[in-house]
Amino acid sequence: MVSSSRLELTAEPKIAMQNFGDSLFKYLTTFFAALVLLLIGVMAYEMYATSSLSIEKFGWSFLTSSEWDPVMEQYGALPFIYGTLVSSLLALILALPVGVGIAVFLTELAPPWLERPFSFIVELLAGIPSIVYGLWGFFVMVPWIRSSVEPFLSENFGFIPLFEGAPYGVGMLAAGVILSIMVLPIIASISRDVLNAVPVSQKEAALALGSTRWEATRIAISYSRSGILGATILGLGRALGETMAVTMVIGNRPEIKLSLFEPGYTMASVLANEFTEATSEMYISALIEIALVLFIVAILVNAIARLLVWSFTRTSNVGGRL
Amino acid sequence: MEDIIEKEDIEIKTSIAIPGNVSSMTAPPRTIKIKADSLNCYFGKVHAIKNVSLTIPENSVVAIIGPSGCGKSTFLRSINRMHELVPDSRIIGSLTLDGKDIYGMDAVTVRKRIGMVFQKPNPFPTMSIFDNVAAGLRMNGMGNKKEIAEIVERSLVQAALWNEVKDSLSKSGVSLSGGQQQRLCIARTLAVNPEVILMDEPASALDPLSTAKIEELIHALKHRYTVVIVTHNMQQAARVSDATAFFYMGELIEYDETKKIFTMPAKKQTEDYITGRFG
Repeated sequence: MVSSSRLELTAEPKIAMQNFGDSLFKYLTTFFAALVLLLIGVMAYEMYATSSLSIEKFGWSFLTSSEWDPVMEQYGALPFIYGTLVSSLLALILALPVGVGIAVFLTELAPPWLERPFSFIVELLAGIPSIVYGLWGFFVMVPWIRSSVEPFLSENFGFIPLFEGAPYGVGMLAAGVILSIMVLPIIASISRDVLNAVPVSQKEAALALGSTRWEATRIAISYSRSGILGATILGLGRALGETMAVTMVIGNRPEIKLSLFEPGYTMASVLANEFTEATSEMYISALIEIALVLFIVAILVNAIARLLVWSFTRTSNVGGRL
Repeated sequence: MEDIIEKEDIEIKTSIAIPGNVSSMTAPPRTIKIKADSLNCYFGKVHAIKNVSLTIPENSVVAIIGPSGCGKSTFLRSINRMHELVPDSRIIGSLTLDGKDIYGMDAVTVRKRIGMVFQKPNPFPTMSIFDNVAAGLRMNGMGNKKEIAEIVERSLVQAALWNEVKDSLSKSGVSLSGGQQQRLCIARTLAVNPEVILMDEPASALDPLSTAKIEELIHALKHRYTVVIVTHNMQQAARVSDATAFFYMGELIEYDETKKIFTMPAKKQTEDYITGRFG
């Protein structure tokens, strides 16, 4: 049937014109799609080319040195890499249980009339500009962390090196907390969608075995674990690149300290803070190399995470091949 | 109206006593396992089950037949309170297990005692074959590994699946075929050691060979459990059950020994349905 209609199409010259339109359309869209790849390639090359000065001078030690001294023209990016990874990881540790908890509440426990408005409010959090988070973080959250959270932690858990030292307020902990609030809507709303997609038959199977609501929920979470992992990855993607809010609360000091109370620095923050004052060519080159590293780290994290999702996702065969 | 219902109830009780006495001389007189008394079920304003009264004797297989939407699945689900998952469901009337009010017990306890097998096989896809069967045990707080392994094996043997999976217990439950998955679900239900097993069209998604296996299984299960099975397939009802209930439009039209229902039904509606004139 398809082949015969195709023959008719080519027979008519008018329709041959339409076919030309079709192929034009195809090449045009292919071109747009290729443009994305091209853009990434050009960006990577451009960053590599402009940072060649610093790459040639420091080599791999750029990644392993923690000295960042524009006056002496000594550049090492390790504190920034460390700060980006630790603050993002902290954000995920804080946001994942809360986000999944919100999702479970919305899908399993909330009365239907509450679900929609509550979901809406959670998603609204994602729409707040990051500078607003930053201001709120600096003027409200940081004083609270300094006066309540950090004293509490050092008093009760001070024996853990993570919670050592004087409470500054600004620092890695503040950055992690603000980031966790920012990635929360992503994790919560995607986890909610994923949990909503769990077949009723799965919950019924658990309940029919005499499971409690909590046990049935655990079955549902286990069923959707690859989706929740995907949600976490998207959250991580946002946390890694987040600039403004983090810059305002992390303290901006290029040091590697185990304690979360100490100030730190992230790759995105150092770019935002220092690129206006970068006067020498080497300084600019080093900053752009940091951008390149951030670019590569972001791509690597995403790639590893995708692989994880793939390895978790099994071809579902519930009900059998019929 | 009331009088008629009570009369029917009495009739059913007397007639259901027959299969136990006839089928074997040594069988003890059957005790009533489940008893519904003027049971009504509503979903919002929909009156899904209307004044149903029937008794299900212990260690027997009762089939529930009837056209789609006649309330047979709802009735089955009301027995282990699974219908409560629908938000505005409501029950009026009484339903007892061993003489005790099912709606006066904790729903979790009810479901431990009354297991259920669903229309489509629904193993837990993230769990292995072993873990699927052990799931109910672990939920109920059993921690002894040896004991769990024993029960898992016994349940798989009972569900006639052991020989097919004994070398691949760590494989995913969804790697099995549809028929094997359904027997896995039966094993999962058996592991919790329920007294009653409810089956909601357990073979309707399976091929004829798998269906035959499930039916054999139901025969074997009767010796230890009370089985209530909803089915669209009248031959299946005739093959596996001791007694058959015919539902129509939410009402119980007729309930009697299976042989009698399929050879000389008392009601014309039952006869029309069985001979395929409607439904």
